[in-house]
Amino acid sequence: MSVSRRAARAGLRSRAATKERAVTREARALERAGTERGEGTATATPEAPQDAAGPEPEPVQKPPLFRPAVRKRLVPYWLLLPGILWLLIFFAAPLIYQASTSVQTGSLEEGFKVTWHFQTYWDALSAYYPQFLRSVLYAATATVMCLVLGYPLAYLIAFRAGRWRNLVMILVIAPFFTSFLIRTLAWKTILSDSGPVVGALNSLHLLDVTSYLGITEGQRVLATPLAVVCGLTYNFLPFMILPLYTSLERIDPKLHEAAGDLYARPVTTFRKVTFPLSMPGVVAGTLLTFIPATGDYINAELLGSADQKMVGNVIQSQFLRVLDYPTAAALSFILMAAILTMVTVYIRKSGTEDLV
Amino acid sequence: MTALTRWIRRNLVVIAGFGTLAYLILPNVVVLVFSFNKPNGRFNYEWQRFSTDAWTDPCGVADLCGSLSLSLKIAVWATIGATLLGTMIAFALARYRFRARSSVNSLIFLPMAMPEVVMAASLATLFLNMGVDFGFWTILIAHIMFCLSFVVTAVKARVMSMDPRLEQAAQDLYASPAQTFLRVTLPIAAPGIAAGALLSFALSFDDFIITNFNAGSTVTFPMFVWGSAQRGTPVQINVIGTAMFAVAVLCVLAGQLAGARRKRS
Repeated sequence: MSVSRRAARAGLRSRAATKERAVTREARALERAGTERGEGTATATPEAPQDAAGPEPEPVQKPPLFRPAVRKRLVPYWLLLPGILWLLIFFAAPLIYQASTSVQTGSLEEGFKVTWHFQTYWDALSAYYPQFLRSVLYAATATVMCLVLGYPLAYLIAFRAGRWRNLVMILVIAPFFTSFLIRTLAWKTILSDSGPVVGALNSLHLLDVTSYLGITEGQRVLATPLAVVCGLTYNFLPFMILPLYTSLERIDPKLHEAAGDLYARPVTTFRKVTFPLSMPGVVAGTLLTFIPATGDYINAELLGSADQKMVGNVIQSQFLRVLDYPTAAALSFILMAAILTMVTVYIRKSGTEDLV
Repeated sequence: MTALTRWIRRNLVVIAGFGTLAYLILPNVVVLVFSFNKPNGRFNYEWQRFSTDAWTDPCGVADLCGSLSLSLKIAVWATIGATLLGTMIAFALARYRFRARSSVNSLIFLPMAMPEVVMAASLATLFLNMGVDFGFWTILIAHIMFCLSFVVTAVKARVMSMDPRLEQAAQDLYASPAQTFLRVTLPIAAPGIAAGALLSFALSFDDFIITNFNAGSTVTFPMFVWGSAQRGTPVQINVIGTAMFAVAVLCVLAGQLAGARRKRS
């Protein structure tokens, strides 16, 4: 009977649990689900030859009873298995391992032992709290800057670009195919002491203002907080624009017309209609910018000086230069905990938990 | 004057948007311009005079092209691995209701919500303590790990928005499961899979933080650039940056043209 043959075929497939087969097996399961759903109509229709590709006409029957049902329930697990194992071994396990490293003491020569030395956390925090605060401050500033700069562009692409939409989209994404480090180094040229930015700020007498605010120093922009925040903003801007664009694009333009018909001025329309409806994009964008920006150390390293070091720089140097693994682990853990706490609070406050 | 101010006010969003666009593209212009520079010292930060030396000899710097091909190799393998594993997970998540679904979802989400430096340091700690030699394989493992979530997200979105009735229709028309998958499911999911693959290629090729922790003495292209920022950047780096930009734009444009042609026919 065709049903038993199908079961046998499926049995063969389940033994060979290679990745490619898992995909086709999933297709089989989809097919079975399909026949189950369309059962009533399928049995009602007269038997017809299946297809030229099929070996022989297959009468459509009630789905088999026991084994395929179990197997169908197992299909998602087989699909998940390799990828989830990968994540468990190379993502989750290392985090747990790092937790144990953070309470170890010892040295590179003698080896490290778990001694439940929680003091490391306290020492790390008291030694490096300026870097922590600076990371959060810089990342938050860059996130706000990204929102301010990114929103008009996302809006432009979603509503005003018309047939140029694809072209503008390419122009947003394409710069990011040049290596991120090369572009960050280009900022070094743009912000350099004899470069255009310093010149422009100087001629507008803004350097004195920014120095007074403490975001630049003397006649320089490079190696100041302004440069680091500028680099962070630049590097994480697409992560803001893309989710903003996605959520703006979903808004029905008729809503804008409706607001206009009800005598709302453009600003009011934006405030009462567009912005609230784009909140999922704002939340997603701010998270996608803030989280990586907090852990980043490339901008601080290339565009800042020793006074702009962020927590990522500390972790990097503790791990790769000082080789003090417990401190690096403790710092990573504090950073992770801080970010997860902030993100959770933020998601709760913004009320879009269904986002993730 | 009032006409101008009115125009400005009406197109404020467009003006601001183009300002941001200029901000995004500015460094690429600088990279392009400085690829024709002939610097005086080791550092290529100040304009000296025009020269095409770097363009005629892009591999003229030791280790540059080696690191580039290593990065390409890693990116290709990481893309293949992450796309395969990620597409499977995405189908499971989009198509099935099963226990542990929400925990799987959070396990997928976490790597994207984690600062890279934390992931990098923890994975390196594991490798270090397992006594694994750092190099090609550790980089590849790390890259597949962090690209996976992005592939899952891209493919899942596409599969979720797909109409299940299309597959049912194929079944009703007596398509075999394999045919249904190859001729209906896969073509519909393909843009999502392609987006995921493209994203993981770009992420892997460009990754510095995770690679820096897990590479040992192996030097990928971003690591070469990082090193050169300290030792002096050769102009060739700008050449390669410009070439990457050009190739990307050409690829995207070709894709757009192909899409437009398909729509027309």
